[in-house]
Amino acid sequence: MIKDLIRGLWRENPIFVQVLGMCPTLAVTTKALFGFSMGIATLFVVVSSSVVISIIRKLVPEQVRIPMFTVIIATFVTAADYFLKANFFSISKALGPYVPLIVVNCIILGRAEAFASKNSVGRSFLDALGMGLGFTCALIVLGSIRELFGFGTIFGFQILGDGFEKWIIMILPAGAFITLGILVGVFNIIDKKMRARERVQG
Amino acid sequence: MEFEKLILILIGASITNNFVLTYFLGICPFIGVSSKIDSAIGLGIATTFVMTLAATVTWLIYYYILVPFNLVFLQYVTFIIVIASLVQFVEMFIRKTSPPLYKALGIFLPLITTNCAILGLTLFMVLRDYNFLESIIFGLGAGVGFTLALVIMAGIREELKFADVPEPLKGAGITLIIAGLLALAFMGFGGIISSG
Repeated sequence: MIKDLIRGLWRENPIFVQVLGMCPTLAVTTKALFGFSMGIATLFVVVSSSVVISIIRKLVPEQVRIPMFTVIIATFVTAADYFLKANFFSISKALGPYVPLIVVNCIILGRAEAFASKNSVGRSFLDALGMGLGFTCALIVLGSIRELFGFGTIFGFQILGDGFEKWIIMILPAGAFITLGILVGVFNIIDKKMRARERVQG
Repeated sequence: MEFEKLILILIGASITNNFVLTYFLGICPFIGVSSKIDSAIGLGIATTFVMTLAATVTWLIYYYILVPFNLVFLQYVTFIIVIASLVQFVEMFIRKTSPPLYKALGIFLPLITTNCAILGLTLFMVLRDYNFLESIIFGLGAGVGFTLALVIMAGIREELKFADVPEPLKGAGITLIIAGLLALAFMGFGGIISSG
């Protein structure tokens, strides 16, 4: 059971390993807070749609499952979007069309297709929770790095002094691509070391 | 004046505000598929076709059905259904009418439904209040921009096979870094519209 939860956090991390769901990842992480909000919104959608899909998995005919999944996902995304608009208007404004774009986030349909449509409700819930958390963590890391160098702050707190020359490139699209590329590389190095250590112990 | 605005939308969507490199839309096929120039061109053309059609159809549905009947909250559900059925329809149509074209484009069509660039396009179209003609041009421009980015990337990746890439960066890592450099290059186009 625990394995279902842990998998999404590291070994099958949706961003660093599977490289899925790139558009929100790159677009909203100019600040750590935006990354966090996007992560939570996606977490909500992936968990609720996985649970619903797992519940109805035996009722859905094979041929129409993809359209069904998409409609379920789109419904939850609409709910998340209206919730953000009502309660956190400034964040909703900053995230713009990238909240509705959660509909086509490949992570969610991927989990529905690969896991929730084949497994029990409990396991699907844990799997989706793990994937959502892994996604959120990755967004916060990416957002923090870009905010630190782009604005000198993390979550709005001043980290680097006034003397720091801001790297505008980090907030621009080019910075997003390059930072994520380097992060994927760093992730691979750490993962390789961990696997090597496991092999020695085992 | 009207014509001038259409040209600006076309250039804006395809070059200065390139969908892939500025709005990060359609990154999945950009990273996953684009390793051969031929298939990049095929996917690009198929996407451009669906984008133009999707912009046309969703515009009509949004302004003639959703808005008058106060159903705007169904926007996302409707748009995604329209796009999915449109892709299906285009696939069937091409298969019936032109088998050679189907052979060339067929395998790419199912991939397009989950391409965020299409849904993104329809959302931007509504956000920016484009009129009917502008929306069609916007769809076309976005498609051309997507194709352009995809083909450039495929060309670079064909050369990359012979390059000595550090082990941890192989695959996704180096692709993202190249995309970053491309985005930098495309920023250079930014001056065209504002100065002109």
